[in-house]
Amino acid sequence: MGARAVGPDNTYDVAIVGAGVCGASIARKLSSYDLDVALLEKEADVSFGVSKANSGIVHGGFHHNSKYLKARLEIRGALMFDRLKAELGFPFVRCGIVVVALHEDEMRAIEQLYARGVENGVIGIEMCSGQRMLELEPKLSRDAIGGLYAPGGGIVEPYRFVFSLVESAVKNGVELLTGWKVAAARRESGPGEGAWSVEAEDGRSLRARYVVNCAGLFADEVSGIFGAEDYKIEGRKGQYYLLDKLTRSRPRRVVFPVPTSVSKGMLVVPTVEGTVLIGPSANPIVDKEDRSTTREELETIIRSARNMIPDVSEADVITSFAGIRPALGEDYYIDVSAKAPAFVQVAGIQSPGLTASPAIGEYVKDLLKRAGLILVEKPDWDPCIEASPRARELSPFELDELIAKDDAYGEIVCRCERVSEAEIVAAIRRGHTTLDGIKYFTRAQMGRCQGGFCTYKILKILMRETGMGRDEITKHGGASTLLRGEL
Amino acid sequence: MKELAFDAVVIGGGAAGMAAALELRSSGRSAAIVEREERLGGILAQCIHTGFGLIEFDEELSGPEFAERFEERVAPAGIEAFCGCTVLELDVEGEQKTVTCVSRSEGVMRLRARAVILAMGCRERNRGNVRIPGSRPAGVFTAGLAQRLVNVEGYVPGRDVVVIGSGDIGLIMARRMSWIGCKVHAVVEILPYPSGLTRNIVQCLRDFGIPLYLSHLTTDIFGRDRVEGIEVAPIENGALMTEKAFKIPCDTVLLSVGLVPENELSRMAGVSINPMTNGPWADSFLMTSVSGVFACGNVLHVHDLVDYVVEEARRAGRFAAAWLGGERPKRELRVKAGPNVRYVAPSRVEPGRDNKLYLRTMIVRNDAVLEARIDGKVLCSIKKNHVQPSEMITLSLGAAELGAIAGTPDATVEISIQ
Repeated sequence: MGARAVGPDNTYDVAIVGAGVCGASIARKLSSYDLDVALLEKEADVSFGVSKANSGIVHGGFHHNSKYLKARLEIRGALMFDRLKAELGFPFVRCGIVVVALHEDEMRAIEQLYARGVENGVIGIEMCSGQRMLELEPKLSRDAIGGLYAPGGGIVEPYRFVFSLVESAVKNGVELLTGWKVAAARRESGPGEGAWSVEAEDGRSLRARYVVNCAGLFADEVSGIFGAEDYKIEGRKGQYYLLDKLTRSRPRRVVFPVPTSVSKGMLVVPTVEGTVLIGPSANPIVDKEDRSTTREELETIIRSARNMIPDVSEADVITSFAGIRPALGEDYYIDVSAKAPAFVQVAGIQSPGLTASPAIGEYVKDLLKRAGLILVEKPDWDPCIEASPRARELSPFELDELIAKDDAYGEIVCRCERVSEAEIVAAIRRGHTTLDGIKYFTRAQMGRCQGGFCTYKILKILMRETGMGRDEITKHGGASTLLRGEL
Repeated sequence: MKELAFDAVVIGGGAAGMAAALELRSSGRSAAIVEREERLGGILAQCIHTGFGLIEFDEELSGPEFAERFEERVAPAGIEAFCGCTVLELDVEGEQKTVTCVSRSEGVMRLRARAVILAMGCRERNRGNVRIPGSRPAGVFTAGLAQRLVNVEGYVPGRDVVVIGSGDIGLIMARRMSWIGCKVHAVVEILPYPSGLTRNIVQCLRDFGIPLYLSHLTTDIFGRDRVEGIEVAPIENGALMTEKAFKIPCDTVLLSVGLVPENELSRMAGVSINPMTNGPWADSFLMTSVSGVFACGNVLHVHDLVDYVVEEARRAGRFAAAWLGGERPKRELRVKAGPNVRYVAPSRVEPGRDNKLYLRTMIVRNDAVLEARIDGKVLCSIKKNHVQPSEMITLSLGAAELGAIAGTPDATVEISIQ
């Protein structure tokens, strides 16, 4: 289907600001209705902000009291993942979550979590003895005296999730505009109900009858541009370590410590793709672009992870990174603006935002409907996207058959994660034209050599497929150019 | 799916793989090489500086020239070389081993052989492995990737360069970047002595006036989109002096912080790995813990000269051929890394013949003594003018030396440096 011609004066029914997990979920939901929708992203690719660096957890529904909107959306969102996976094919496994108590006094907190889980209607939640914990998770420290088990919790590759949501939305007519940073907006009274006239930093502009603010860390700034509510998003940085697939510390399930009043604590996550993620720390920051890591925090993460799983070792570290969560009070702020017309706020979506995102899509659709947007279901809406084969997931026989059809599957570009040239090309053709975008889509450069062997090969494929010059190749868009000249 | 059978399959077509395969052929065995790059030669292709072949050919060659000397013999010797071919699985159960590999031209293939020689080489440690904190902008490269970009692809990765780590590739690249008109502001090394060869310190840094900061830790990398600089702090008496930290502005960071044998395939096949080398434990036949699987070159332990790599690989080829002919070590003695020795490879010797051992020390010392002992009795004692961790040491233990002492059946040869 592809993007449709929009109405007169480049007018969309809805413009969504921000293509993170919330913007993408809302865009996909709206793509099932007869609407012209634009998805605006200031970065070079989608999922390049908050959604690219987090724990990638589908939470268990026991951390938050259901008096909060975030808890209700978490519980509903979590149940939607199986169907989404069937339709979109992103990496997701319900491996289960354990919360481990290492001291007697931590069992009090476990009891509270258990009671909350039961109250929230979490299926299969279980209070465990130390012995049961070790049975569920043999890698745990012998100091574990008990804990909680939520079998429904799971793990997901967050950027792949966002990529597939956006791909589905675009397939059903949503227009994705990257490098589109909102700079100015004003409400025009036009024929009928009027519309927002929105300008980008680079001079592009569009009109939209409704605007949804999913700008993550910068939702406060976007709210200001539209003359809507005044609030302040605080950045909270979380640092992580990624461990090699061959680490001995890989647990079967997501391992949580007992949470504190401010954070869910530092986890040990067996990622869907076989690595192990440990973290995050949690520190307030001033500069919302500051994704640097520090020696002290990283040491704390190792120590904390090792308390729960003694096999965690510095020797297995392949990279470290930091993500920033947008914090705004206790709960999410998802509502129609009381100040700006036809403007919906989706702000302060920190943990469990990824889990809640599918439910946020539905919730915002309902808000828009109440605000007057007319929703007519498309008869030809296609919930599924085409599967993109991955060499590493195929048996030798399946791979051989695929190579007979497309020999680029026989060219392994990234040895560590076993990524073929065909997969790099597939990423580029889906619009992922930065090195990081290709990394998130394919995993090439994400393994133990961190791109040491494959970067130059990817550069060449990227130039060949897009016609980009060497000075246009970037790591993540903007000024992140990789090369500084030719010999 | 194509299936082929050979006496031996060599995994990796760099210097080690080619030398081992050629040796197998000259012993009358059929051999195939599986190489993931488009042509044979491995990392030598991008090492356009000279200094290769002084021992092997008594000539000073560039990397590509050294590789060519072997490459041109491969096809005429009747060795089947599969290039652009990546190994997916290595199945070593039973008598016949199976190497499942994939290439664009052949699709998925199964190569069967009684012997497999591992010659996959090594990879560079990266930023994460040495846990350098900071932000993650463009402009951080391993020295080897930068070498590839400059020497083969013809690109300039950056203009103002700092090299972290003083490994040989980093030193070579400091000189190379200077040659192409870039400014190399510093080489920063955490240890009190350089990790690279002395000749490279002289020829690549001193001759170009590039400062070398020893005992300095990189504590931060700055820049959101592109590198803007790094922060380093001195280490004095084992303590990090954060108050003496300073910044070095640059747009490019090259990492030369060590090499790791690439043994993921070996591990998955159940080969036991020596934690000191990150390479397989090898017996006096250079055979790993898995019967019929041999290892040589940088996958066994990281060498500093390709000349040593091919010498070791030839032995591996010869032993594999002998093993295929039914020969086995008659009796083996365990080799142990004694005081001040980091590792010795291989970790077994056979008393009845000449054995060659490669080892690395943990110390920097002048007028050192290298000793081999069995149960306290000195087999040999060799004076060394200078030893340091970056310079590999060769030790030959002949039949005469080993045979002269009748040890107990489970005797251990201990190698030490004092």
